[in-house]
Amino acid sequence: MQPETKELAAQVDSILDRYQHDPGMLVSILQDIQAEYNYLSREALERVSSCLSVPLSQVYSVATFFKALSLKPRGRHLINVCLGTACHVRGAVKVLEAMERELSIKSGETSEDLSFTLETVNCVGACALGPVVIIDGEYHGQMTSEKVKGVLKDYS
Amino acid sequence: MKKLGSPQELAALRESILSQRDPERLCITICSGTGCHAYGCEKVTAAFQQEIERQGLSDRVDIRTTGCHGFCERGPLVVIRPKNIFYQRVKVKDVPEIVSETVLKGEIIDRLLYSDPNTGQKLVSEHEVPFYQKQKRFVFGDNGYIDPTSIDDYLAVGGYAALAKALSSMSPEEVISEVKKSGLRGRGGGGFPTGVKWESCRKAEGDIKYVICNADEGDPGAYMDRSLVEGNPHRVVEGMIIGAYAVGSHQGYVYVRYEYPLAVKNVELAIKQAEKYGLLGKNILGSGFDFSIRINRGGGAFVCGESSALMASLEGKPGEPRAKYVHTVEKGLWDRPTTLNNVETWANVPLIINKGADWYTETGTETSKGTKIFSLVGKVNNTGLVEVPMGITLREIIYGIGGGIPGGKRFKGVQTGGPSGGVIPESLLDLPVDFDELNKAGSMMGSGGMIVMDEANCMVDIAKYFITFLEGESCGKCLPCREGLKRMREILDDITGGRGKEGDIELLEELSQALIDGSLCALGSTAPNPVLTTLRYFRDEYQAHIKDKKCPAGVCKALVTYRIIEEKCPGCGLCIKACPQQAITPRGKKQPVVLDQEKCIKCGACYDVCKLGAIEVK
Repeated sequence: MQPETKELAAQVDSILDRYQHDPGMLVSILQDIQAEYNYLSREALERVSSCLSVPLSQVYSVATFFKALSLKPRGRHLINVCLGTACHVRGAVKVLEAMERELSIKSGETSEDLSFTLETVNCVGACALGPVVIIDGEYHGQMTSEKVKGVLKDYS
Repeated sequence: MKKLGSPQELAALRESILSQRDPERLCITICSGTGCHAYGCEKVTAAFQQEIERQGLSDRVDIRTTGCHGFCERGPLVVIRPKNIFYQRVKVKDVPEIVSETVLKGEIIDRLLYSDPNTGQKLVSEHEVPFYQKQKRFVFGDNGYIDPTSIDDYLAVGGYAALAKALSSMSPEEVISEVKKSGLRGRGGGGFPTGVKWESCRKAEGDIKYVICNADEGDPGAYMDRSLVEGNPHRVVEGMIIGAYAVGSHQGYVYVRYEYPLAVKNVELAIKQAEKYGLLGKNILGSGFDFSIRINRGGGAFVCGESSALMASLEGKPGEPRAKYVHTVEKGLWDRPTTLNNVETWANVPLIINKGADWYTETGTETSKGTKIFSLVGKVNNTGLVEVPMGITLREIIYGIGGGIPGGKRFKGVQTGGPSGGVIPESLLDLPVDFDELNKAGSMMGSGGMIVMDEANCMVDIAKYFITFLEGESCGKCLPCREGLKRMREILDDITGGRGKEGDIELLEELSQALIDGSLCALGSTAPNPVLTTLRYFRDEYQAHIKDKKCPAGVCKALVTYRIIEEKCPGCGLCIKACPQQAITPRGKKQPVVLDQEKCIKCGACYDVCKLGAIEVK
């Protein structure tokens, strides 16, 4: 085994221990692995599959079903533009478009230098502040296309 | 801490907590809901702590960070108790003054008070603010008084008394009968009578049964469940234990969205505390009843709000619904009888057990009892969470509590029920809000999102928004939903893109009927509602898009152009800076600017920055 593979296996095992190897906790397990590596690698999914005795096809199926899980490496900073209804009626699309222009990537993509990943989220429940953008877990409320440049500056 | 072995020990503990608390003691409560967090309440809290320490007041003044108070528009919110002096939009620099003037001397700081936009009157107490005054905060009210991370705070306001009452003096059947009598209906959207669901689950065959709290609040624009789980998690846990006792379950699950990290954290803590106190686990309060709760985080799939999809996800499978010829109360999670209720439903249960069904049914309408929490958002002055008695009119909510539409704009419609609901027009503003009236209007209660829209919102765009949302969230298992939504979205794309043609509306209606008739679960069968209601109430707007190739609200890009109104433009140049395409150029000092239509991408940046209304969209 390669040293990285060994390390990954150990990390995955400790996460599985946290959930007593319960296949019912698959979504949470994958979320924790992703929190560690910021995406789900093939090796990680294989390890989960063999340790839980859940077919790899099912692990893959879950990993691709849920929006929170990503099979591609993501940028150092994760930007989530909320497109919930309350944000939508207050102009969230304009904010998203401004983000896309500023970062020269489309929603769902990662910038070439791996510094930003731009994603959208259906609602974060901060509707009174809409439009909301969340960067690395930090909420930016009442966003406008004008504010985009200034907000991004703090993260580059 | 020794585990509580009986209801008497619980009562004694409550007494001892209360005896150490002086209701007249000064307490600064700071709202720490997600909204106020985004406004920076953490820094405000830290500043209060520092200031209280600096002035040596720690033994006289308490600081309590609470859950969401609901008036998110005005955060960070600070209430000084016991006088309930209500300050809004509090900043760190206001803190020393609040401590020395208000806390110490009882002086009111005028600029931090809420001023009624209609009368201009400054209001001192929380209870005078119209936003709160017209609500009935039975379920949500404790949020402003308790620290959600403190079980003692919950016990101090009477927490777990309903559980003690149920376990010590009621049989499971009596609990069910009380809940049935209360007329409580599922707050997640369906409105199914809770007591009936519990009874079916109790009667279902099998030793192992489950209860689930559905906190996968997927409706975009609704966040009352988030605020309840974050702000008063013990209340939800208490409701679940009572429900488990009633149906005969020993294992519960809270399925909560991963997008709500604070809710996950607070409910985790609440469960640990309840276990430590002996309110969860083996032999709860010496009754012989065992029950424990686990938490599962959702993965960001709207369809998992559907009960059978949620259960599939709990089993570690993709969240696909199944046909429910056999109900989940008979065969649910792991094929065992399962009772699933929404957060708000669970939070209503302790209230019903404590105060009784007769008291509970005094509030509400014939068929919908109690209160409902709505998230009043969108184009409304006072956005936030409001808890109102069932039967209140939309007008009272939007104008009485919400304070009307900002910017002098005209009200156009209110969207209720999330993607499964519809848009209700101005002519129905006096509609009493309950499960059945909303259904009759073509919409639904849903989990309680209420998104207000004004004349600047295009109804075809709103319909397209929801259909696009649902197309993305459709799990793909059944054809009518998977393909029907795609086709509907394509037609709406055409209409909003200026390619609409005769017959499109009829085709949308036909497809809608196919989805209603043929979809496997409620996601698909209710998906056409946003289209059908906008067609019912705003048909002329569709026709303007199709026949005249115009978007009356000025939203649909392909159908609008931006224009500089030369008489109004002083050439200040704000729009020049804002334009990402360099499409706007100056003409000279104090001369109106020039917009190059060739370069314009219709992003709206110029329109948003212009404070003089010198840019028009048509």
